[in-house]
Amino acid sequence: MASRFSAKVHFPDRAGYLALVDRLRGEGYQMCADLTAVDYLRYPGRRALPAGASPERFEVVTNLLSLEHHGRARIRVQVPEEDPEIASLFHRFPGVEAMEREVYDLFGIVFTGHPDLTRILMPEGWEGHPLRKDYAVGRVPVQFKEAPGPR
Amino acid sequence: MSDPQDNELAEITAQIASDTSEGSQEMAQREETSLLALRWESGAIEEITGATLRIPEDEGSGDLARDEESERSLPEAGDQQTMIINMGPQHPSTHGVLRLMLELQGETVLRTKPVIGYLHTGMEKTGEELTYVQGATNVTRMDYLSPLNNELVYALAVEDLLGVELPPRAVWIRMLMSELNRMSSHLMWLATNGMDLGSTSMMIYGFREREVILAFFEKTTGLRMNHNYIRPGGVAADLPDGWEDDVDLICEVVETSMDEYDQLLTGQPIFRERTEGVGVLSPEAALALSATGPILRSTGIPWDLRRAMPYLAYDEVDFDVIVGTFGDTFDRYAVRFNEIKESIRIVRQILEKMPAGDYRVQDKKVTPPPRARIDESMEALIHHFKISTEGFSVPEGETYVAIESPRGEIGCYMVSDGSNKPYRMHIRGPSFVNLQCLPTLLRGGLVADAVAVISSIDPVMGEADR
Repeated sequence: MASRFSAKVHFPDRAGYLALVDRLRGEGYQMCADLTAVDYLRYPGRRALPAGASPERFEVVTNLLSLEHHGRARIRVQVPEEDPEIASLFHRFPGVEAMEREVYDLFGIVFTGHPDLTRILMPEGWEGHPLRKDYAVGRVPVQFKEAPGPR
Repeated sequence: MSDPQDNELAEITAQIASDTSEGSQEMAQREETSLLALRWESGAIEEITGATLRIPEDEGSGDLARDEESERSLPEAGDQQTMIINMGPQHPSTHGVLRLMLELQGETVLRTKPVIGYLHTGMEKTGEELTYVQGATNVTRMDYLSPLNNELVYALAVEDLLGVELPPRAVWIRMLMSELNRMSSHLMWLATNGMDLGSTSMMIYGFREREVILAFFEKTTGLRMNHNYIRPGGVAADLPDGWEDDVDLICEVVETSMDEYDQLLTGQPIFRERTEGVGVLSPEAALALSATGPILRSTGIPWDLRRAMPYLAYDEVDFDVIVGTFGDTFDRYAVRFNEIKESIRIVRQILEKMPAGDYRVQDKKVTPPPRARIDESMEALIHHFKISTEGFSVPEGETYVAIESPRGEIGCYMVSDGSNKPYRMHIRGPSFVNLQCLPTLLRGGLVADAVAVISSIDPVMGEADR
């Protein structure tokens, strides 16, 4: 079913990423609405990967917006675990500054060419990247007042 | 001859400074900042996007080096010394816990760097641990001034993956609540903006009118904020009896008071002096910075998702997209001000056109059975229990859904692995992205105007930090 939110999805490899963004930019996609990532560690057999793209652990997802054609284009780039690095879109869309920093902060994916790749949401001395699937959800043990304590 | 007390004080100060330091997230001295970061922090967007044409190949050439020297040096007029100061995170006009680091030359702002994350609670991670049924309670707490829009984008994303079609009444109820929420959010903005600019009466008025809307929310959803009202599959409950009168009253009250606000603010010389020509953004820079919502529209670009890429039933109601001309603080005020009036227009049309029927989809997989059925039928009880505890499974897939919240494009990127919890739930927060406009807006302005400009961005830190 084609919903009203559907968009054209592209699957470039890392080498063809910037060229594809440039091409789409020339076609009128003049805004980068969103940039995020997914860690497919526990769901490697994701759906809808075309034959050419080989699945990797991380996927950087970029949503471009065209104000002329009222359309969206989604770019899904595979980023391997052993070398989590991808080119930054900063020169093309400066608005990705914060988004790429967020992805770096929460996934540990490095964007080359980013002017100031530091943590943005987590405190400076934080260890690990919380949105990775092998990063445990934090829990605080609660001692209820009436419950018997450990003896 | 140092006093031991002074020494102790200095020690404590140094300890506090190191404990609260954000290290490299903070603004560094000019000499220690790379040229690109310097451009970014001083809001020189044209030089960043234009730079793709010249570099990166000939990075070391003499031409660029000369450029660099002139770019790094301070403007001739004024002090040849600058000062980096902190504004926030506890500054009363930073709307929560936004912290800005400003480099000042005299009173002129040269560079700005927002330092955020003080309200980060890991809501995207939490969202992966909650079922689709529970998820709405999580997202509603992000943008606490427009909770219903957060729930809406989440619910739309889940429904897009599920492929369910909603009954018309559910769609129109959602639209009604979303527009009322836009009104209450903009009223709240008018209030806080008034307070930032020294108009304390405006603050009281804005809160007063907002309360009328929140009272209706409480009547309908049970809560003033964080409603968990719009859920995957429809809404939690039908509108209460007599809702037409309530909504009619809201429209009347807000409309009358809008005329008063107009008199109080729009033509007032002090207000205009403080907002006109302050914090100007060009349309090109707004697009490059991914700004959306009133900020983008104030630069003259008529981009409103309700019109451009209609969702719900926005293509069936009549409304105008409000645009500004100069992209300054006053235009952003005017856009929001008139959007309240447009929302009233939409709400009045919804009052007339509200269809009858179900308020949630009658799909047994998604919607729990009605309360009365549980007493009669064992299956209904089991079903209710299943949906409440396990939730429902969503087919594998991924989607990006975006709607127009009062602050701009709020998006939800959702990946489902076929289980009852989202594999990944990412919210594209408009405040988070819009905050990046600050260096450009504050560039070359006075530090006293910073308060007016921050306010005109309308950031909600709960959603910026998530």
